[in-house]
Formats: sequence, C-alpha cells, structure tokens
Amino acid sequence: MYVSVKGGEAAIRRAHRLLADRRRGARDVAEIVPDQIREQLSLAVDRVMNEGALHDRDLAALAVKQARGDLIEAAFLVRAYRTTLPRFGASRPIDTGAMAVERRISATYKDLPGGQILGPTFDYTHRLIDFALASEGETPAPERLDAPSGDGPAAEIPRVTELLAMEGLIEAEPESDDETAVGDLTRAPLRIPAGRDLRLQQLARGDEGFLLALGYSTQRGYGSTHPFAGEIRIGAVEVDFEAPELGFAVPLGAITVSECQMINQFAGSSKVAPTFTRGYGLAFGQVERKVMAMALVDRALRTEELGGAVTAPAQDQEFVLSHADNVQATGFVEHLKLPHYVDFQAELALVRAMRAEHEARIEAEFLDEDGLEEAAE
Amino acid sequence: MTGTSAETDPHKAARRDVMTVVAAATAQELSRVRALAPAEAVDLRAPETGLVMVRGRMGGTGAPFNLGEATVTRAAVRLPSGAVGFGHLLGRDRHRARDAALVDALWVEGTRRDALEAEILAPIRRRLEGDHARLEAETAATRVDFFTLVRGDD
Repeated sequence: MYVSVKGGEAAIRRAHRLLADRRRGARDVAEIVPDQIREQLSLAVDRVMNEGALHDRDLAALAVKQARGDLIEAAFLVRAYRTTLPRFGASRPIDTGAMAVERRISATYKDLPGGQILGPTFDYTHRLIDFALASEGETPAPERLDAPSGDGPAAEIPRVTELLAMEGLIEAEPESDDETAVGDLTRAPLRIPAGRDLRLQQLARGDEGFLLALGYSTQRGYGSTHPFAGEIRIGAVEVDFEAPELGFAVPLGAITVSECQMINQFAGSSKVAPTFTRGYGLAFGQVERKVMAMALVDRALRTEELGGAVTAPAQDQEFVLSHADNVQATGFVEHLKLPHYVDFQAELALVRAMRAEHEARIEAEFLDEDGLEEAAE
Repeated sequence: MTGTSAETDPHKAARRDVMTVVAAATAQELSRVRALAPAEAVDLRAPETGLVMVRGRMGGTGAPFNLGEATVTRAAVRLPSGAVGFGHLLGRDRHRARDAALVDALWVEGTRRDALEAEILAPIRRRLEGDHARLEAETAATRVDFFTLVRGDD
C-alpha cells in the first residue's frame, strides 16, 4: 500500500535544480552537446535505443545527456517519450541479406564468400588505455582499398546459415508472411509461454547485462547449447513502410543494425535427420555483444520446442522474459525508495508484538526451570 | 499485395526511386526544393511525428517479429495544379518531411521533372555515390587476407 504524502515540494524543486547543476559539472569545462554524444559516444546511444525500444539517434543522445550518462535512466526517458506519439503502422520486415555491410565475420568458416570483414572493431586491440586520446589531436582518416571488381554488393556476401541450409545441415527457418499475426508486447501484456516472435521482441529490448549473464551461464553449463558464432554482420538496411495512401512500400531511410546467427548443436529424431539448430540476435546500431548474448538466449529459450528438458535459468521463459526489461526492473527495485511509512508502521507493530511474545515465552521457560529446580531440591 | 505494385508498375517504381534518394538526403539538401515549389502549396497533412514498428525476420529469413519502433515524420502537400505529394522519413524533422512531400508532389506533377532532377536529385545522387564508394573502400580495407602457407616438397 502506498500513501500519498504531502509536503516536500520546495525540497524537490531545489533537488532538481541541484541535479541540473551537477549534470552540468564544473563550468570551466566545455558543455557537451547531443551531437557530440551521438557521434562520439555512439555505442552508448545504440544501447539506449535498444533498451528504450525506439530508434532515434538524436533523441537517445539527448537522453544520455539528460540522464548524466546513466543509460538505464536514458532508456526510461526514451520509453516515456514514445508513449506520447501515435503509431503509424509497421514496416515491412527488414532484409539483413541486402545489408550494406560494414562488418561481417564468421567463426565457423575461415575462407567464405565475401570474406572476413573486420570493420570498426575493438577485437584485437590490446585494451591498453590510450593516453593520446586525453589530448587534442587529429584522428587520421581510415585507409581505403578499392573493392575487387564484383565484390562489395550484398549479393556477394551470402549468409553463412544459407551455405549450411543448401546442404540441409541446419534446421529450416519456417517462412511466413502472415504479418497480421505478429505479436507485439507494446500492445498486449506478455503471456507465458510466449511465441518466438514475442520472445525476440523482449530480448531485443532486454538489458544487455542481463542477457550477457544468461548467455554466459549457458556457456558455463546451465543449459549448454554448444554454440558457434556462425555469422555476425553489422551495417545499414533500408526500412520500407506500406503507406496506405500510396499503395506501395515507401522507403523511410536506412538504419544500422547488428545481427548474430548462432549455430548450435543438434536437433533430430528417429524420423528427421540430425541438423544444427539456430539462435538469432538482431538489434539497432552496433551492438555486437548484445546480439551475441541475445542469440544464445534465443536458442536456450527454444529448448522445449526442440524437445529438450528445461533445467536451467536461461531456458526458463518465465524467468528470462519477466526479468529482461531493465526499465520495468528499475521501476520495481527503485520504488522501494518511495515512502512506505504506513507499511513500515505495520511491520514495526508486528515485530514489537513478536518480540514481546518471545520475551514472555523466555520468561515463562525460565520460571518453569526455576520451578523444576525447586521441585528437585 | 500492394507492396509488389512498385515492382511491377514502372510509374510507381520511378516514384519510389525518387523517394529512396529523398530518404537519404540531408535536411539542407532537401530544403532547396522550396525554391522550386510554388509558394501556394498547401498542407493536406501538416507534418506529424509518430512511430513505425520496425520488423525483422527470425533467423534473417523466417517469420516476421517486432524489433522495435522508430520515429517517423510524415507530411502531405497539394500544389495549385492539384498534384499531391507525400513525405515519410525516419526521424523527427518536420521541415525535412514537408520538403520530401514537395519533391514528391513536383515529381507527380511532372512538368518540372528536369529541373527537379538537375537541381535537387542529381546533387544528392552524386553525394550518395561518393559516400557509398568511400564506405565500401574503408570497409574493404579491413577484409582479412589469409596467407596460405605451402607445406611439403611440392
């Protein structure tokens, strides 16, 4: 039970003014503008877009500034903003096969059509602090290499899963264009068991740290799936929107997404030959760790439909889907800060009554023992 | 399904092609259309920001699912000739969405397509070609070349 408490308005107003001051920090240091955050802290912006479940780089950058760099607070701000906007409809499914690839790697094939393209990655850096970044200086332009003729277009970079599918070595991904039946968490509350469409939506907006820990837990043996990173690709895809007034799919522009195809150990039965199984991760921006973790958890959540026994936390839909959303989680954890004065009064009365009862019982036992001793004498 | 119509109808395909260029244009690049469009253009739909749910496919090729929403701003204008144009763009820039609708209306009107192409679209196409070539070259420079070590006595 929550009780409204009057008073404190002046303190709240001054606290918010103090917050604005502390957000600004020392005045002799230049103030950052959202454009700088969008361009130079772009991976923080990407995380806020995903956990805020809204693609808008400028808005997410502004939210990061407003939240003083608290990314969960920033995601909360983005979620609150989206509730003020009308929904125009849904896009046609994006085609990650037609991506303008900026990074594409496979851990399962060394030499593969399209090659291993590292792109802008932290991989193979030595994780040594670069003190040169603390001083101003020109960043050299990236090197360029003209792509060999016939290379470059997306058609030249086939999906690794398609290469396996051609040999029938991986489970087929059932195609469907029944777009009316796509579940939407923002329109109807999540029910367990949830279809894979709803699970993927919840994972895409889920907390990166939570998914990372769950994915890691499957690797350590809590519901192992023997995963390989079949392919990770990052780049821009076009978003098309079927505008009713035009009668064709209108191009809205391009967004950057990250995709991970995890290839896992086997499914099969006495009737169906064994194949690899799939785990899938997809999210806005350059969020490689997020989509890898998402793909591990997606596969773990498919345990039951693939005929396995649910024994580990990462395989448990109720556990994973109910706790993945950090805006929900922070709401419930942080509500403990709000006044619970009356609740607590009740608990105080209860603990005092229990203590009185406890004392009376001890006293009674002591008297009984005295009585026994006297009787023995 | 209406979505295939742009693939089979050359008029719609050409209109969609212009929209693809417009969707990749900056606000500044699009603002040049205001010099070309008649001042009497009226708003059929004042620029309005809303949400489009972006969908992906399971495993990249399977059944659709909802990935997350994106902000989209849309506008519709009518020229004195009666030509109606629409703008639908990612983001929250109202001026940019209205300028996109003006480009579409001018293209639909048809009488000034040459000027539209020369003054607005061609410079954007050139800039985009340069951007794509640069991105491809920068990306290609990070492609791994594996050295093959030849072993044995050949």
